[in-house]
Amino acid sequence: MKRSKAAQRLVTAVLAAVALAVWWPLWFMFCGVLTPLDELRVTIGPVLGLREGYAVWTALPSWPTLQPLAELLFDTPEFFVMFWNTCLQVFPQVIGQVLVGAPAAWALSRLRFRGKKALWGLYIVLMLLPFQVMMVPHYLVLNTLGLLDTPLAIILPGIFSTFPVFIMAKGFDAVPRAMVEAAALDGAGMFPAFVRIGLPLGVPGILSAMVLGFLDAWNAIEQPMLFLKSASNWPLSLYLPQITAGQLGLSMAASLLMLAPALLLFLFGQKYLELGIQASGLKE
Amino acid sequence: MKRSAAHSRSEARGAWLFMAPSLCGLCIFVLIPFAETVRRSFCNALGTSWKGLDNYRSVLQNQAFRLAAANTARFVAVCLPLLLAVSLLLALGVRMLRPGGRAFKTSFLLPMAVPVASIVLLWQTLFHENGLVNRLLTSAGLPAVDFMGTGAAFWVLIFTYLWKNSGYDMILWLAGLDGIPQTLYEAAAADGAGPLAQFRCITLPGLLPTLGLTAVLSLLNTFKVFREAYLVAGSYPHRSIYLLQHLFNNWFLDLDLGRLSAAAVLVAAVLLGFILLLGRIWKGDDEV
Repeated sequence: MKRSKAAQRLVTAVLAAVALAVWWPLWFMFCGVLTPLDELRVTIGPVLGLREGYAVWTALPSWPTLQPLAELLFDTPEFFVMFWNTCLQVFPQVIGQVLVGAPAAWALSRLRFRGKKALWGLYIVLMLLPFQVMMVPHYLVLNTLGLLDTPLAIILPGIFSTFPVFIMAKGFDAVPRAMVEAAALDGAGMFPAFVRIGLPLGVPGILSAMVLGFLDAWNAIEQPMLFLKSASNWPLSLYLPQITAGQLGLSMAASLLMLAPALLLFLFGQKYLELGIQASGLKE
Repeated sequence: MKRSAAHSRSEARGAWLFMAPSLCGLCIFVLIPFAETVRRSFCNALGTSWKGLDNYRSVLQNQAFRLAAANTARFVAVCLPLLLAVSLLLALGVRMLRPGGRAFKTSFLLPMAVPVASIVLLWQTLFHENGLVNRLLTSAGLPAVDFMGTGAAFWVLIFTYLWKNSGYDMILWLAGLDGIPQTLYEAAAADGAGPLAQFRCITLPGLLPTLGLTAVLSLLNTFKVFREAYLVAGSYPHRSIYLLQHLFNNWFLDLDLGRLSAAAVLVAAVLLGFILLLGRIWKGDDEV
């Protein structure tokens, strides 16, 4: 018994060290925002070529200030444009994924029809192909439709991603088929059966798909980089790497504000994130 | 009997209606343009004249392509085993401590929610020549490392990838561990098997099905590492982390569509072959 106690303590210590590696960056970001600009210039100036020597890290800012954050919120209209661009590209995409994907997931999970197996295989293969393979096809179709350099260039291909369909179908698998058949025998049409039985019972799967979809879209880099030419359409994820030494405080604050929505979603949706990951690992 | 035949016919009709929006979108945005991409891989850059296998030959002989393909293979070969091992250890640790492991589980999953763009500045502060890590190294009397300008960039990328993705695999491992019946452990303990013997004879074999799937998902996720690589090092990073993803981007910006199409088809073919092969192995497992 005593030995297992010691082992537990050891494991706790190791895990705590790893957890520190996760939390420290967040602490760094949080403090960075509260640090006055001249102090930042001293602490991380060497990295940006502002000063000789090595960067320093202080656990707490010596004089906490909200100045960079205020500057960002009140004096930087570009930031709002980028933030709005990100929202404009992410939210319609996630909602569209559910509107288009949920019925398809329902059919693939709970209905019987010829060709279902082949379709399921197609959806899985498409889900597994990386963006680099789909880059030219997406470019060709967006170019033909004249959608390049518009938010739709990000939204439309995103809506028809098959990964959310896969996750939602896994969620619908939990709905007993007997219930679906009973509803059909009662004379309820197929669509009412889907809305009244499928959707309520499939909520966990749908939320999982939404959480995963949101995190991925919020973090998107490749698609906007290639399909959006004008900087006025860029999302935050493209704006942030263009850091110059002159905008140090600003980029700190912008980083934190980009992080915030994803973190909030994580805090409230962790359960669904876990469910979604588990669903992605279910063998079919 | 007749009614049920009619019923299944109407069910099939309904099913296609449910599928319709998704399938139409797939045709327009994926299937048809992909077919066009395959066609273009045999054509010149404008897609107007037939050039046979010229593009494929040019891709395979291209120095940058060879470098990128080799780097990508090397990255996967190093990263995948590390990722699987680290995440398994995390999962085992979290499970051992439960219910107290919950907070740790949240911690390890958290980086998944951190957008890469928001940590660029931090990573620069850490891994710059004058950065925090070098400060630590030099104050310990070790020589400073030029992380971004040498082969060390490769290891920074590996570390970043592990940092961000271990949580995902940990959840998959935890689900696999939950699938192993507790009674097996009780029976083994009753027979006097120690923790290590239990791990070797029950846990590891029980995790085999999880291993295959986790490996495939992680392999395909490694393609997303471009985000980290790009944000940390830009379009033309040190040659040790010049990956296929960089190559695709740079060729895209040159609008060299013929060659790019050929490269995309090649990558798709390799990945598909890999997926089908693994799929066959799984099916084989099922029948046993």
